Amino acid sequence: MTAVAPDLDVATREALAELLLSVADDEFIIGFWDSEWTGIAPMLEEDVATSSIAQDEIGHARALYELLGELTGQDPDRIAYGRQPDAFRHAALLNHARGDWAFSAARRYLYETADAVRLAALARSSYEPLALLTGKMRREETYHLLHAEAWLRRLADGAPDRLADAITSLWPDAQEVFAPLAAEESLVRAGLLPEPMANLHATWQARVRPELEPITGALPADAPTRDGRERRTDAFRWLHAEFTSVSGSEDGATW
Amino acid sequence: MVNATAADPRARRIWDELATISDPEIPAISVVDLGVIGSVHVDEARVRVELLPTFVGCPAIGVMQERITARVSELKLAPAVEVVVTFDPPWTSDRISAEGRERLRLSGFAPPQRMPAGPALGQLEELAVLPVAACPYCGSRNTTLDNAFGPTLCRAIYHCGDCRQPFEQFKQV
Repeated sequence: MTAVAPDLDVATREALAELLLSVADDEFIIGFWDSEWTGIAPMLEEDVATSSIAQDEIGHARALYELLGELTGQDPDRIAYGRQPDAFRHAALLNHARGDWAFSAARRYLYETADAVRLAALARSSYEPLALLTGKMRREETYHLLHAEAWLRRLADGAPDRLADAITSLWPDAQEVFAPLAAEESLVRAGLLPEPMANLHATWQARVRPELEPITGALPADAPTRDGRERRTDAFRWLHAEFTSVSGSEDGATW
Repeated sequence: MVNATAADPRARRIWDELATISDPEIPAISVVDLGVIGSVHVDEARVRVELLPTFVGCPAIGVMQERITARVSELKLAPAVEVVVTFDPPWTSDRISAEGRERLRLSGFAPPQRMPAGPALGQLEELAVLPVAACPYCGSRNTTLDNAFGPTLCRAIYHCGDCRQPFEQFKQV
């Protein structure tokens, strides 16, 4: 049985809204961090690639904010640009500034692999609009994932120490892509989230450990934490000021 | 794309009109040949056109919606025209028609490779790493993938080892 928004009770609808917001904010914020490389990536091809990936991610965020808007009646643009930093729900992995290229490449690998596991689950959601959208997103994310894997191999070969340092420092916060949602049980029961975050986290770890540990050595058995989507940093506050600077310059402007 | 309502002469007129509307990013190809028209329905109250974006974040979606709304409204077949974006079914590059693939090639784009067995994701992963695209200028398959990401979301950049031309491919997705 697939669900449509009017079938959902208030509590389930709120839980679904929290899920949508978390995925949308992840895509939105990594898209903006990537866009910080536009014009200054290590080579022209990569400049184009990073910018294209950033555009994809922000496009995914827009589509997810629109789904959220249909559910809650909010204006998608206001959700994206009208919130204060503390109201964002992206994973702690995305709290860090772009750093050097190894740092960005390490984060992108950690994020893309986690996102792939999450999208594979969401494409089976009983909430049909979400299943359809994430099914389409997966086809595009395939290119991001292959690109992130290629950079991991390339840097493991050419700059192994810098890459290992970046992975090791990001590892604890990378777990937070799978931070538990407040009303997760009801989402799983209704099939809106087909698997608990803990299962998705285990799937992800089993996939990335064999790829990463030859580079970093043994990684600690980190797990997601309750507030993994609520912590904010000065780096994120800086980014927030950047990406709201145009919308904030004239409230309600259209073009 | 064949449509159940295409037998309706009004729907047929709409499809004919849509076939004259160009893709905003690659004007050589129409929105029909690109496969982004999912369906057309007409009743007394409205025309409803379903639009399937090539990429979720394609910035041309809004322009397409406006153009289609404007042109279909001129046909005056119903009081209202709505152009609805949907991912059901998802657009895949296999939706580009034979005519569309030829038009892409004539304007310097290699058409996307066809999926060997429908739109399965595993097939896509294999295709996405296979650097094979026939050069649209000389037909050579001695080509290399320079960048899976090009000037728009839907385009990759190749180089031809024979005629030495760089060219773009409409990505398989």
